[in-house]
Amino acid sequence: MAAGSSSNWVMESGDVPHVLAVDDNLIDRKLVEKLLRNSSCKVTTAENGPRALELLGLTSGGQNTMNGRSKVNMVITDYCMPGMTGYELLKKIKESSVTKEVPVVIMSSENIPTRINKCLEEGAQMFILKPLKQSDVKKLTCQLMN
Amino acid sequence: MDGIVQLQRQLVDYTASLFHEGFLDDQFNQLQQLQDESNPDFVVEVVTLFFEDAERLLNELTKTLGQPSIDFKRLDAHVHQLKGSSSSIGAQRIHRVCISFRNSCEEQNVEGCLKNLQQVKQEYSLVKSKLETLFRMEQQILAAGG
Repeated sequence: MAAGSSSNWVMESGDVPHVLAVDDNLIDRKLVEKLLRNSSCKVTTAENGPRALELLGLTSGGQNTMNGRSKVNMVITDYCMPGMTGYELLKKIKESSVTKEVPVVIMSSENIPTRINKCLEEGAQMFILKPLKQSDVKKLTCQLMN
Repeated sequence: MDGIVQLQRQLVDYTASLFHEGFLDDQFNQLQQLQDESNPDFVVEVVTLFFEDAERLLNELTKTLGQPSIDFKRLDAHVHQLKGSSSSIGAQRIHRVCISFRNSCEEQNVEGCLKNLQQVKQEYSLVKSKLETLFRMEQQILAAGG
């Protein structure tokens, strides 16, 4: 197995995917965490965009607080969050050479085509409608493992 | 043994009635399916979190609507939160009132907002009492050895 580059998000077989889930709503965080764990993922949650960026090591002067072994394989974020929206978070992730290969999934309770297109154009892997179901998460993690 | 069977039947009937009357929707089934041996109290945990969060939001809504000059943006932000969490646990009737409530906020309709707040408090109180009954019935079955 060849060693991947630091921005290589492709997992080696046998690895458990590490997902960073971002949502300002406590109940939604608990739900997405359980759904991901049920799909054999390791999960870290964040309440907001800035915290997510911190965890990804993208804040200025910040060290990547997740060392190479527990690198994030995917980010799943709510769209509507106070302060930094999921869209803004997506942009920041895609702008950084360190994280731009990390797939970002956007969740929203609102089915707004312009919003969906905007996110996909900015490089979102997928857009999922809330409330989240097990089948949604299974679909995601299957994509991740392939 | 008969006692447990009867309790179980009552539980099934009661749960069915909650769906039938629109208090719960399929998302609640999703929650139940997530419960397993590694997380035997998942549904109770999430619903309890929801109760705490909803009560906090209802207090905030009451306070915000009681101000001499109503901050509709703040009101809407809180309703949005409640709408999201009620949808995530399958509390359908609360979710529906929240949709109405958001419209009232958008229109800056004070009368509408007051009415919606009243409705949401009522629906919350109803679903809380019904879910507590449901959980009590589950406990009875467990205690009886079921």
